[in-house]
Amino acid sequence: MDTQKYALGPLLNEGLSAEDRDLFSDARPVPYEPYPVAVVEKFVNWVRANSLWLLAFGTGCGAVELNPLMTARFDAYRMGVQMRPTPRQSSVFIIGGYASVKTLKRIIRSYEQMQGPKFVVCLGICPINGGMYWDSYNTVNKFDEYLPVDLYITGCMPRPEVLMAGVLELKKKIMEGRADGANRYVENFDWYKANQKRVIKDWNMPDYNW
Amino acid sequence: MANPIELLQRFGKNFAISEIHEQKADLTFFKVPKEQAVRLLRELRDDAGYTHLAFLTNIDWIEKGIFTLTYMLHNYDARHSLGMHVDLERDNAEMQSIHGLWAQAATYQRELREMYGIRFPGSPRLDEDFCLEGWDQIPPMRKEFDTAAFSLERFYSREGRGTEDPREHMKGLLYPTHTDEPSSGGQ
Repeated sequence: MDTQKYALGPLLNEGLSAEDRDLFSDARPVPYEPYPVAVVEKFVNWVRANSLWLLAFGTGCGAVELNPLMTARFDAYRMGVQMRPTPRQSSVFIIGGYASVKTLKRIIRSYEQMQGPKFVVCLGICPINGGMYWDSYNTVNKFDEYLPVDLYITGCMPRPEVLMAGVLELKKKIMEGRADGANRYVENFDWYKANQKRVIKDWNMPDYNW
Repeated sequence: MANPIELLQRFGKNFAISEIHEQKADLTFFKVPKEQAVRLLRELRDDAGYTHLAFLTNIDWIEKGIFTLTYMLHNYDARHSLGMHVDLERDNAEMQSIHGLWAQAATYQRELREMYGIRFPGSPRLDEDFCLEGWDQIPPMRKEFDTAAFSLERFYSREGRGTEDPREHMKGLLYPTHTDEPSSGGQ
């Protein structure tokens, strides 16, 4: 690992009050390093791809398309997909449609609390370019400025079939080792953080929610 | 239960009710001056059976320089709704709070304060953020707020937004050689 690149000093946590600042970590996130033996990394990626645990956080209207995935008709369990109630247990964050600024703050908080390896899937057209809410005062237009995205599934609304196809595509990307969103987040951390703080005016949480 | 028109005419002896408009069989609108509004709401609730506040919302008439608050009441026994319009000055709009009549009105008033900047003195938690957090512009539902320009400036726009007529687009994809005109001879 290039230690110089990440030796940028601790996070300032300027959004917190002085007494709160002691209660939160000021450490920067570190990138994921692949196993040195390629075949081990390949095996681990295969394992990861077959155990996708979704964070059950409905962030927009697209969240209603997640529920049928778990029913007998689509049965996402056969692909190793299941819902988890907390970010700590999840590895896939599905952004279900438009993200308002208020929700974006919770999305960032949940995403940073997820443990790696973690992947972000954007569902619907809204996270890509705002969709029908492109001129709204409250909907972010380019979601990938705020969090790294591994896979887009477009449509308004995408049917569960498309979501299943997206899950398969994500599995393919993970197995090939191309789903590197979490590393991009760490490597461009200051850029992402500046973008986030530009739209979230009442930043009152730590710079990285460990 | 009296006919709503008769009811409003009866209340009209004590209140300056105007512009009575029967929208549907079960929905009637009327207008009342700002000073009499809350007193009339109380009488409608306690004496006329309009016990349910369905919603409280606002219309922005920027050309006329007024806000029109709309109180929608419902009478369960008569299955009838009454919409009460109240005009406010658009600048420094202020209205008496009705959270004493219906506790849930406080939430509507909080939203109106945030979206239109209407003040409701005494209403609980009025100045707390409701939908918008850290909002630093004029209230976004006011007509003078240019939401498209704000979105461009704050959220940017992704290049390459376009629009296609679905019918023509799919025709081009599925039947690339098809034309609606009859082909000329020999081709």
